[in-house]
Amino acid sequence: MKRAALSMLLVLCLAVIVGAQNLAINAAGATFPYPIYSKWFDVYHSQHSNIQINYQSIGSGGGIRQLTAGTVDFGASDMPMNDDQIKEFQSKNGCGILHFPTVIGAVVPTYNVPKVAGDLKFTQKAISGIYLGTITRWNDPEITKANPGISLPGDDIVVVHRSDGSGTTFIWTDFLSKASSDWKTKAGSGTSINWPVGLGGKGNEGVSGLIKQTPGSIGYVELIYALQTNIPFGLVQNLDGKFVKASLEGVTAAAAGAAKSMPDDFRVSITNAPGATAYPISSFTWLLIPEKFKDTNKRDAIKGFLKWMLSDGQQYNEALSYAKLPKPVADKELKAISKIQ
Amino acid sequence: MSQARLIWRKSLNAVMLTLTGVAAFGVVSILFLILGYLIWNGGRSLNFDFFTQLPKPVGETGGGMANAIVGSLKLLFLAALMGLPVGLLAGVYLAEFGGKMFTFVIRYTTDLLNGVPSIVIGIFAYTLLVLPVKHFSTLAGGLALAVMVVPITVRSTEEFLRAIPGSLREGAMALGASQWRTIATVVLPAASGGIITGMLLSLARVAGETAPLLFTAFSNRYWSPGWSQPIASLPVMIYTYAIAPYDDWHRQAWAAGLILLGLVLLANMGCRLVLNRRGMTRSV
Amino acid sequence: MSTTSTTLERAAPPGAGPRAFVQRLRQGDEVAHVITLVFAAAILLITSLLVYELWLQSHLSRAKFGWAFFWTSTWDPNADDFGALPFIYGTLVTSVVSLLIAVPLGLAAAIFLAELAPRKLSDGVAFLIDLLAAVPSVIYGLLGIFVVVPLMRTVIGPALKSVLGALPTFKGPNYGVGFLTAGIVLAIMVVPFIISVSREVLLTVPRDQREAALALGATRWEATWQVVVPWARTGIMGSIFLALARALGETMAVTMVIGNNPKVSASLFAPGYTIAAVIANEFTEATGDLYLSALIELGLVLFLMTFILNGLARLLIVATERGGGHPA
Repeated sequence: MKRAALSMLLVLCLAVIVGAQNLAINAAGATFPYPIYSKWFDVYHSQHSNIQINYQSIGSGGGIRQLTAGTVDFGASDMPMNDDQIKEFQSKNGCGILHFPTVIGAVVPTYNVPKVAGDLKFTQKAISGIYLGTITRWNDPEITKANPGISLPGDDIVVVHRSDGSGTTFIWTDFLSKASSDWKTKAGSGTSINWPVGLGGKGNEGVSGLIKQTPGSIGYVELIYALQTNIPFGLVQNLDGKFVKASLEGVTAAAAGAAKSMPDDFRVSITNAPGATAYPISSFTWLLIPEKFKDTNKRDAIKGFLKWMLSDGQQYNEALSYAKLPKPVADKELKAISKIQ
Repeated sequence: MSQARLIWRKSLNAVMLTLTGVAAFGVVSILFLILGYLIWNGGRSLNFDFFTQLPKPVGETGGGMANAIVGSLKLLFLAALMGLPVGLLAGVYLAEFGGKMFTFVIRYTTDLLNGVPSIVIGIFAYTLLVLPVKHFSTLAGGLALAVMVVPITVRSTEEFLRAIPGSLREGAMALGASQWRTIATVVLPAASGGIITGMLLSLARVAGETAPLLFTAFSNRYWSPGWSQPIASLPVMIYTYAIAPYDDWHRQAWAAGLILLGLVLLANMGCRLVLNRRGMTRSV
Repeated sequence: MSTTSTTLERAAPPGAGPRAFVQRLRQGDEVAHVITLVFAAAILLITSLLVYELWLQSHLSRAKFGWAFFWTSTWDPNADDFGALPFIYGTLVTSVVSLLIAVPLGLAAAIFLAELAPRKLSDGVAFLIDLLAAVPSVIYGLLGIFVVVPLMRTVIGPALKSVLGALPTFKGPNYGVGFLTAGIVLAIMVVPFIISVSREVLLTVPRDQREAALALGATRWEATWQVVVPWARTGIMGSIFLALARALGETMAVTMVIGNNPKVSASLFAPGYTIAAVIANEFTEATGDLYLSALIELGLVLFLMTFILNGLARLLIVATERGGGHPA
């Protein structure tokens, strides 16, 4: 017993000594890009063995808060920080914050309609109506007219949404606000909102679990989630009027349109983007990097990572079902890295 | 009167006793369902790697939760170190020394503390130990868990001390032992079975808690040297993996759940063995 | 002469006289008293600190909404309008339902294990039941979604509707998730506490109590129910408190099966929301200081609820005290 305790003590001491030589960087934020971020940080660590970037997905809002409080070195978020949040960061930390888009993802509508096997098409009016609670049955004309070959039952629509605050909800509600002015006034967009109707599921898992269990239900999940778990999802009508099924190409097309008018701080929403093949419910996700670093080692490590991420890192995206950044956007970001001091 | 009444009492006896058996059977079968589910889903992805490797990113199979296992052990160690003595001694006070009003207040407060949602305790530990020093740490996580350990330990220690009949105490005092000697050498050992149960229950409860660790110990994909860095833990890993879209991660989450249970089982067994060997099992 | 004095000296080292002995005795006691008092007071300190922090962090929300927070039903993060009523309701309903299920079940099982089962079986089962307390809530949540929810939708719900469908508590559509499902999952989570502690307490009841009752002609059940259980009453109540406390504060498992809809509904099949669940769901993402402050105020409200419920429960104990318990 004593010997075991002594050897444990020895191991702990060794661990402290060994650990002290590594550069440990902590980051927190969005859950949506967690898989690709964990891949990137792992690959980067294998190439630079003394740099350990520890990223935890506690949610976009949590990431912003921890970043502002100074408990993590950088953050990540599915939605850009708004002006108030940037001001708060500035007052607490004495410098500005830079946004760096990393990957593009999409949110898709999934459903469970009895006796319907094929892919359903949803107009913008249909989705907003369903989520507002004005469209209540599956055989509502707004849905049937977009799906001429499919016979839809008269069952009630059970609406499912996310109960936990999440970037996915932000992307979905941002799209709905653009698709329907009614939605914009009644509910608005955000990571957590006052839903007019529906059940709340926790996480993608919760939503898809509810949908699987509930006939006649409809909900929204991240594209990656739908692809990885093989659940059926529908097509959404984009700004140009075409019905698009979410895919990596459609998502990149949505981003490409935005690349031309990309603001310098990269804070842009690409939902409902123009373009015949653009998928309307797409979004960037951002890394939030402070403009000034006190620790020069950390600063250089992070800058090095960003450079790598924007060039070599992008090759890992598609295997994990994330879309690559359009080249003009990546190039613009590479230039922006020099702003970090 | 007597004959009919006797039959009524006898049949009531049979019915009620059977019902208790049914209840016990029902609960035990639910238990087996849960354990079976866990073993079935978790056992499938348990291998040597799980215990020795660090987590791998998505898409790469293999990888394990070695750092989370060690992390949970470290956190539980801190929780036990900081929480159990407080619980034990406070329970002793309530049962042996306290005056009526004060014990009422303390007992009430303990129940309150027990009912605070774990996430609120996490927020509390965050404002106390993380914000001032601007980084997450194992220590903060251990403290949050310790705060949760205290109430359960206090309640059970007090209950079992009180259950020891006064005759035992009086006997010891008649032989000349002081009050604290009586407590330390006679009453506590006599109640040790129940007290240890309470302590194990409290540790088992916090071993599976996720929410208080999210803002205190954070988590870590690498090893965490010392006590002032973020640290991985099994419950947080389960939480992160279970809500992700990847099948491989789901299986790892179940496996982690199984490991957690296994750790608690080992702790339970170990304590019982020690108690048995010292002959300190249930008295009376 | 010299030998007698040496013996005397050896037999009486300094401080060994009767008066000094008693002094040391008392000192030891006082030290023990003070030490344990300090630790007991530490609990008060921790709890006060906790309440203080909650009070401090929720001041924005308290200032804006005042007492109306308790009876407002909206929860709108975008409009910054918050009210606690649906969450208070949900917390109460799920906790009550879970206790209604868990207490009879748990007590009955504990009685069986303590009184009727052979010792080895009893110990073995109790050991396994202790393990249930260590299962993380996330796993209970997953089991809830995959097992209890479909059961509710296909078996339990329809069964209840056919028998009790006229009552307002069982009206309305049955999605599978809702108050009742959450209550059931909570019951499964708290029943180990009740069984484990009650069983231990029942086992401490002195054998002569049982034997006296049986000697007077009582049946096994009568001896158990009318003598043994009342003797162990405070311990059993303690276990129920533990269970209640757990039910009130449970987050992960509840949020996965309750439907997360902040509305007050009479039907047990309807989706609802609890305080702990909404805090867990929205805290990490809550941007905006008023939003955060409202969530923390909810935590304060839960604290208040626990305070009141505990008080009521204690009054209940005092009211039923008939002098049948073990000596204090």
